[in-house]
Amino acid sequence: MSLLEIRNLSVEFETAHGLFRAVDGVDLEIDQGEMVAIVGESGSGKSVSMLALMGLLPWTAKITADRMNFDGQDLLTISQKERRKIIGKDISMIFQEPMTSLNPCFTVGYQIMEVIREHLGGTKKELKKRAIELLGLVGIPSPETRLRAFPHQMSGGMNQRVMIAMMIACNPRVLIADEPTTALDVTIQAQILELLGELQKKQGMAMVLITHDMGVVAETAEVVNVQYAGQQVERQDVKGLFNAPRHPYTHALLNALPERATSKRLPSIPGVVPGLLDRPTGCLFNPRCKFATDKCRSDAPDLHSKVLCHYPLEDGMPTNNHPGVSVAEGNS
Amino acid sequence: MATETVLKADHLKRFYAVKGGLFSKGGTVKALDGASFQLDAGKTLAVVGESGCGKSTLARLVTLIEKPTEGELVLGGIDVASAHTKEDLLTLRQMVQIVFQDPYSSLNPRHKISAILEEPLKINTKMSAKERREEVLSIMSRVGLRPEQADRYPHMFSGGQRQRIAVARALMLRPKIVILDEPVSALDVSIQAQVLNLLTDLQEEMDLAYLFISHDLSVVRHIADDVLVMYLGQPVEHGTRDQIFNNPQHPYTKALLSATPVADPNRKKERIKLVGELPSPLNPPSGCSFHPRCPLANDRCKAERPILAPTSSALVSCHAVEEGRS
Repeated sequence: MSLLEIRNLSVEFETAHGLFRAVDGVDLEIDQGEMVAIVGESGSGKSVSMLALMGLLPWTAKITADRMNFDGQDLLTISQKERRKIIGKDISMIFQEPMTSLNPCFTVGYQIMEVIREHLGGTKKELKKRAIELLGLVGIPSPETRLRAFPHQMSGGMNQRVMIAMMIACNPRVLIADEPTTALDVTIQAQILELLGELQKKQGMAMVLITHDMGVVAETAEVVNVQYAGQQVERQDVKGLFNAPRHPYTHALLNALPERATSKRLPSIPGVVPGLLDRPTGCLFNPRCKFATDKCRSDAPDLHSKVLCHYPLEDGMPTNNHPGVSVAEGNS
Repeated sequence: MATETVLKADHLKRFYAVKGGLFSKGGTVKALDGASFQLDAGKTLAVVGESGCGKSTLARLVTLIEKPTEGELVLGGIDVASAHTKEDLLTLRQMVQIVFQDPYSSLNPRHKISAILEEPLKINTKMSAKERREEVLSIMSRVGLRPEQADRYPHMFSGGQRQRIAVARALMLRPKIVILDEPVSALDVSIQAQVLNLLTDLQEEMDLAYLFISHDLSVVRHIADDVLVMYLGQPVEHGTRDQIFNNPQHPYTKALLSATPVADPNRKKERIKLVGELPSPLNPPSGCSFHPRCPLANDRCKAERPILAPTSSALVSCHAVEEGRS
């Protein structure tokens, strides 16, 4: 049994225009020491699905799932109080903007010690010792003096290190990193990614990395979930995904990367991710898909061997008796 | 064919005075400390570097939002410092336009698209209302917006479309130079490709010179002809795209390239680890400003500031490269 297992997770929001399904049937399975990446563009529901797991969504959200298990405990049925014991201790989350997720009114030392006191307890002296140890672990120079610093006195990279120190304070078994490096410069991003990778290996953490950056995925993840408009469209190990993407969306997304371009014109994906009011029928990607057929426009596809498509791609060409294949329009 | 040099900058500098507070001394921030480059019509010069390297200050100088503290800036043959006649200033202002990073905050939410696009014409030309409207519609169709969208408000558009509007606004006065300040970094990958294609098409069509400011090296590699790498207000390497990407010389350029994640899991590369963070521009290190983070630094680097000098590849400002220590 996996450490964390989510089956068919859906999140719906009550809006003025009716029910909006932000996450639609997402699965996630992760074991000790594994690194799974969730990739998708904005609005693909990657953050919302993880916030649902953490129980951090507002009451307007309706969360349903077939299963949501952590280490044998069913997160769907346990009480709020019991959940609080797990969240922040065994499962913790790092957010995108270190500047806004730290409290500007308290020193970073206080904020780190607060987490430990809440979950593990200890005397003031022990807490302080542990906080200094943590700051050293994430590579902050002279941790004793830095304990007394406020978030605004440190740079974005340093603040993100503090966030990481806070989140690993209770030796979590699952760490969810929601775009941990998006707000940072590339040389700092490299440092933070390396740090996360090291910690994950050293402590045997399971890690879920949410990102939109294909480069970051390629360099860090082992298994990749691709999400589009709330649905999970593809799940593959990282090499397979980049060498032979099976969903047309993944295929098109990789081709749209400037670094994979073969000519001055990039093969872009027409249109935009559908929002609340313009959800297409059938497959959600069909208006932007170059392989879409009438079947795609009318029937929603099922998950075929971890790909949500009527005609999963093989070598960039649709299979499963796609009517247009003989025309040989694909491979671009 | 002789191409026209539309922009020439010579040792451009911009310093800001910082007032001292109760507990701190004042000082000077050297936001931009000597940048020289030129830009030809129809070409793209990319300026890359991390936050605080002076990219945006450079954009503000070239767009005439601010005056350089020192140095010479020539736009389309007119020296900015000596241009005082009304005509000259008008020509200068029409010549450079800018597209900002965030299309969500750079468009006025209370104005219709037509009003946003018309405004530069209203201020800078004597066109009649009808002519202005026609011009607006023609530019809109050029950037891929439909005429019926002219009377909508910015919030009715997606991020990619908004960036198209921002590009359209920059093109209203038929500029020769367009400054693109991180034009695609707020956009998703699939939308980013659309906007990059649009920029490439417009450049070919209108013979525009782009000053492309970005921290995303994969985008720069795709779009740039020449690249200027900046660190803490100073250019550290300046060359053609191929020189910079295939044969980088300066240790900072190398580190920057190796830190950029590549979307290819099969390529496990050696990463040059940079220790530490960007120093404060208020109190830059002595000598070469990169020396506290540089793996090749020695005593000379700590004492003496290097200058941009030609090498076998690009122009590089580094003692280690000059001495062949790399």
